[in-house]
Amino acid sequence: MARILIVGATSAIAIASARLFAARGDDLVLAARNEERLGSLAADLRVRGAGAVDTVSFMAQPQQDYQGFAGRVWDQGLDCLLLAHGSLRSQDRCQDDVTASRREFEVNALSTICLLAAFAGRFAEQGAGNMVVISSVAGDRGRQSNYLYGSAKAAVSTYCQGLRNRMHSSGVRVITIKPGFVDTPMTAGFEKGLLWTQPEQIASGILRALERGSDVVYLPWFWRYIMLVIRLIPERWFKRLSL
Amino acid sequence: MRSWGGLPEHPQRSRSLNWRDELAECWDEPTLAVGAGRSYGDCGLAASGEVLCTTGMNRMLQFDQNSGVLRCEAGVSLGDILRHTVPAGWILPVLPGTQYVTVAGAIANDVHGKNHHGFGTFGRHVKSLLLQRSDRELIECSAGNRSEWFSASIAGLGLTGVILQAELQLKPVAGAWLQCDTVRFRELAEFFALSEESDQNYEYTVAWIDCLHARSRGIFSRAWHIEDARPAPLREPRFRVPFTPPLSPVNRFTLRAFNSLYYHRQRLRGHPDTIPLGDWFFPLDSIGSWNRLYGSRGFRQYQCVVPAPVVRDLLAIIRRSAQGSFLAVLKTFGDLQSPGLMSFPRPGVTLALDFPWRGSATLELFAQLDAVVGSNDGAIYPAKDAHMQGADFRRAYPAWETVERLRDPRLKSLLWQRVTEDS
Ligand SMILES: Cc1cc2nc3c(=O)[nH]c(=O)nc-3n(C[C@H](O)[C@H](O)[C@H](O)COP(=O)(O)OP(=O)(O)OC[C@H]3O[C@@H](n4cnc5c(N)ncnc54)[C@H](O)[C@@H]3O)c2cc1C
Ligand SMILES: NC(=O)c1ccc[n+]([C@@H]2O[C@H](COP(=O)([O-])OP(=O)(O)OC[C@H]3O[C@@H](n4cnc5c(N)ncnc54)[C@H](OP(=O)(O)O)[C@@H]3O)[C@@H](O)[C@H]2O)c1
Repeated sequence: MARILIVGATSAIAIASARLFAARGDDLVLAARNEERLGSLAADLRVRGAGAVDTVSFMAQPQQDYQGFAGRVWDQGLDCLLLAHGSLRSQDRCQDDVTASRREFEVNALSTICLLAAFAGRFAEQGAGNMVVISSVAGDRGRQSNYLYGSAKAAVSTYCQGLRNRMHSSGVRVITIKPGFVDTPMTAGFEKGLLWTQPEQIASGILRALERGSDVVYLPWFWRYIMLVIRLIPERWFKRLSL
Repeated sequence: MRSWGGLPEHPQRSRSLNWRDELAECWDEPTLAVGAGRSYGDCGLAASGEVLCTTGMNRMLQFDQNSGVLRCEAGVSLGDILRHTVPAGWILPVLPGTQYVTVAGAIANDVHGKNHHGFGTFGRHVKSLLLQRSDRELIECSAGNRSEWFSASIAGLGLTGVILQAELQLKPVAGAWLQCDTVRFRELAEFFALSEESDQNYEYTVAWIDCLHARSRGIFSRAWHIEDARPAPLREPRFRVPFTPPLSPVNRFTLRAFNSLYYHRQRLRGHPDTIPLGDWFFPLDSIGSWNRLYGSRGFRQYQCVVPAPVVRDLLAIIRRSAQGSFLAVLKTFGDLQSPGLMSFPRPGVTLALDFPWRGSATLELFAQLDAVVGSNDGAIYPAKDAHMQGADFRRAYPAWETVERLRDPRLKSLLWQRVTEDS
């Protein structure tokens, strides 16, 4: 039975993952900003078989005390950390707005990096564990329709690459999850087509990645090849596309 | 969002309610809270064209393994509940024919199962409800507390408020397996005899009939729980109909062949079969999206309850029309009273049939059936309905006026508009 911290625990992908952890009987620490939601989620996971379930309040914001947060939840250590919070506000509405741009970057990139920084030393000292970070295929190439979100995810993916490299010798795994289009509240306003996936599928992909000890995982798998093609298009042409 | 029968022509807009705190922002437009969309007709479609889908509110909040009381949110599916409670020795006392139905959907239509003669409707096992009204009032109600709201909300067609949570009393069960046996009957009289005898001795009974056959032959199935510790998780569909075929493979020739095959194929072993509970309760769930087989025109279900002798008249009309279905089900209801004011089950025999939609031909047939149902004091099931006349509804469900009085002014279904605003 593992002890797992989930940040952004009320996100759809996190809930689906937490239910799989609960079915294994894992102990869970759930962190999110809405305490009422956290309470009902914790109750649900207990009914679904989780061991101990604790909740802590967490908000991604500049004044957050990340070290203090890590200290509070570390306790007897963690087997796994899953970072799943995120925000996808409309690019149109944020792109020329300095405050909104900064806030989006805060939630999607800086808070994640700060969390990883606050936990990395603890994991290294422990000499074991998994740090799982939900990034996105959107970070693989900037596009006019969501480069604010995309650049934040790119920062996260690159940070994880470096962190993985650093942690390798200490036996701690860093796993970057790159989902494609997932049908969650984050994408409630989008038309859904063939490429869309349910959060439950992403969750089983995350558990598989944990079992296999993967490094970078595209979910579902075919996104690896879609993104490969997209990355290969020369910038000279790419800039003309309306993507 | 479309209903199970493929209504309406232009899908309704759907908004998701995942957390109860989000509801505060959902009242600006008139709406209707809906569940998994497993109702066939228009009781799960909003008069405004905008539904509020509550399947994301699917958390189980408390389960007491000693008393079998489960508190859960409105959008948990019955299958999800079974997956967690059956291994602990508890089962939902009433189960409809598909595991995908939500708790609130089961309450709002006060659904029944193959054990109606012993356990009544779903609503009988609801201990309390939490309703949210558009004026922000939160109503916790039960048989002993604000009971007017309780009885108007069970079988209340989602009109009295958005159901947020419910408390259910589960039933002890010895395992995930049942034994079932099947008996062929060659005519209706045999069905009545079998039903009368079996309902005294068997927990679950149901019959399939060949509605195209002159004497209404069929197969009577009955089942009972057995002690068996082997796990038997609910299965995912073995096959999924991937898209709606332009031409439906269901027509009168394939039906006749199908029915005949089904009737003769039933292996009538001398001894009963042991089957996992999912195979007994939810046989149709083994094919995902089977409703697509009816093609782009969709289909309608006709389900009514009438005094036993009247079934013969209804079947005669159906046979003459040469329309009819593979899914034709007969079941005798018991006399257990539901707390719900507008509950469909009542003493008599219920007949449920699917019909490929043929426009006016189908409606003509339904009108003939309605006349017989009406003159014999029968009732049509709102969960399956998209055609019933207002007058027929108001006669069969006289308590509708109480529900209308307690209805939340921001909630209205297409069905409610149809059956209460036509006069
Ligand atoms: C294959 C199949 C077999 C079936 N077998 C049976 C059977 O054996 N017995 C039987 O009785 N029925 C049966 N049904 C019908 C089905 O059980 C009912 O139509 C049921 O109500 C569907 O529930 P749902 O969650 O899909 O709700 P929906 O169809 O989406 O909605 C049904 C009603 O519930 C209300 N509602 C849903 N959620 C809420 C909420 N949160 N708050 C307030 N109101 C709400 C809606 O307003 C609507 O009036 C069957 C259906 C299918 C497809
Ligand atoms: N959906 C997709 O298509 C997709 C694709 C690729 C990657 N992802 C990534 O997957 C992860 C999970 O997303 P999801 O799709 O499951 O979305 P979701 O259900 O909308 O979840 C977003 C979560 O982030 C939380 N959050 C937002 N701002 C926050 C803040 N300032 N502080 C703390 N928490 C905050 C939300 O909390 P509240 O519950 O309190 O609102 C919510 O739990 C995210 O990292 C997302 O970027 C999603």
